[in-house]
Formats: sequence, structure tokens, C-alpha cells
Amino acid sequence: MTTQRSDATTTTAAPSEPTSNAGPHPASPPAQSPAAPAATPSAEGRIGTGSRGTRILGLVTLAGIALGAYLALVSSPQDENMGDVVRILYIHVPIVSMAYVGCVLTTVASAVYLWKKSVWWDITAAASAEIAMVFTALTLVIGMIWGRPTWGVWWVWDARLTSTAMLLLLLLGYLAVRRLPSAAGTRSKRAAIVGLLLLPNVFIVNRSVTWWRSLHQGTTILNTLQPKIHDQMAITLVFAMAVVALVFAWLLVHRWRLAWLEEQVLGHDLDQAILDRRAEAGFEPGYGAAPIAQPTTPGVDAP
Amino acid sequence: MSDWGYVAMAWTITVAVLVAYAVWIIVRGRSLSRRVPPEDRRWL
Repeated sequence: MTTQRSDATTTTAAPSEPTSNAGPHPASPPAQSPAAPAATPSAEGRIGTGSRGTRILGLVTLAGIALGAYLALVSSPQDENMGDVVRILYIHVPIVSMAYVGCVLTTVASAVYLWKKSVWWDITAAASAEIAMVFTALTLVIGMIWGRPTWGVWWVWDARLTSTAMLLLLLLGYLAVRRLPSAAGTRSKRAAIVGLLLLPNVFIVNRSVTWWRSLHQGTTILNTLQPKIHDQMAITLVFAMAVVALVFAWLLVHRWRLAWLEEQVLGHDLDQAILDRRAEAGFEPGYGAAPIAQPTTPGVDAP
Repeated sequence: MSDWGYVAMAWTITVAVLVAYAVWIIVRGRSLSRRVPPEDRRWL
């Protein structure tokens, strides 16, 4: 099933359909009152953003978190320089990696949205940007906690740290643009333009340790020609990255569905507001209907 | 603070933030899904 937004500039696809086809208009009266609870037992069973697939994904993720925590906190050896503080990196590196993925996904989805005007891609960009914001904020906090025992300071205006902070500000700006009061299509277009800036910023953050003199360490995992990491540490780190990728995927699916629900509720509320306003003005339901009662005061035009 | 203190702080904050964010998504999703017709929330 597909729908179109009420501003007639964008199309909305069903949750599982990234394509856009003709379909009913959300401005038409909703099949169910927005405030009404789910009416049937089968509908009650679908309450929420979960599904069989996400429940399986969640269970696998929880098992991975347990095993990952064991590997990182118990099994993995100390670092000869950092000692036990290295165990912070088993969450710091995977989380910043998935923050990058979220930013790249936002940029790709924004570009496709600007091309196809599909709400499916708009929602994908919004969902991934919000998760990327959470992961980037966590990256900075965890990095500060790691920096205090390692560098002796919580924060330093290093190229990597500063560029990451700028990336967080850009993500906050993207989410702020999405909340500006405007028509849905205009809002999405503005946000998508901001979203295009995320990928270049991620590239700058990633390359900052190479381009400028930085206190932050350089590439470790991807430096395959000269590996500088112990085997068990590498295995633990790669496993942790896989687990955090599962966390990211679980959050993305649920956040996408939540954003979809927000779009639907917004459309239904708008429908109801239009119907209420038309009823107040004395219009029959339906487009182009004549007013029920014409003004009776001589010399006063109808509104 | 010992090294393990910093490790515990980092892991605790990470887990707490991610759990809080996941719970917020689930709770808000359950709330909004009651206002949307079943045919508009046929998940994958």
C-alpha cells in the first residue's frame, strides 16, 4: 500500500516497499479515529514496532552483548601501555564506526530522497541520523573517559576530537531542521540538503589524524599492512564491532517504524483538524462542498 | 580513580544510554501504534 503526503510533493511507501505507486491520499478520512484503540485482537497483536524478525534479532544481539562483554572485560589481555583502560576501546571503536555508518546512510538516503521524493528514504535518513547522533555523543563521552587516564585530561582541542564534536553539532542541526515548523515536503528537502553534508564531515573526521598533528592514535584495525594489535585483542574488537552493528540494526528498524507511525499519526491528526475546521465553518464533508449555511447579513460576503 | 573505575564508568554509561534509547523507542512506538489503523503498520 502506498500513500501520498497532503502537500502533494512527496510520496509515501508502505514499510516494506521503497517504491512509490499511486494510492489513497492521507487527507481522506482515516479508516479509524486517531484516538480510537485497536479494535480487533489481531490488530492488538501488532501493537508496537516489533515483529518476529526483530525479536529474533534482539535475542541474537543480547547473546552477542553477553559474549562480547565476557571477551572484552574478562578474556582479553591487558595492553602493555594502557593496562585495563584498553577495555574501553572495545566499545569506543565499534560505536564510532557505527556512528560513521549512520552518517553515511543518512547522506545516501537524503540524496535518494532528493532524487525520488520518496518518504521511505526520508524516514530512513531521519532514523539513521538520530541513531548516529546518539552514537556520536556516546563516542565523545567514552573517548573523554578513555582520555582522562591515558592523556591526563578529559578533553583537548585535538583535530579528531574537535572534528567529531563538529559532526555531533551537524547531526543536532539536521535533527533541528527536521523539527522546524513547515510543510512536510519543504522540511524534508531542507533536512536532506543538510544530510548531504554528513558524508564529507565523516571523511574529515576519519582523515583528521592523518592530515593534522593529532594526539589521537591513528588507524589500527584497517592498517592491515602493519598490524599493531594483539590477535586476541583484534578478535575481541572485531566481535564487538559485529555486536554493535547488530545493536545499530535493531535500533534502526525500530526507529524507522516509529518514524513511520509518527508520519501516519501526523497525517491523521491533520485530517481530523481539517474535518473539524470544515465542520466549524458549516461545510459538508468532502472537497468543494457548498457551505451548509450562507451568511444572512446583507452586504457581507461569505468567508 | 583506578583503571577499572574508568572502564566501569564507560561501559555503564554506554549500556544505560542505549537501553534508555531503546526503551523510549519501544514505549513511544507502542503508544503511537494504537492510533494508527492496523493496515498502516504491517511490518516486515
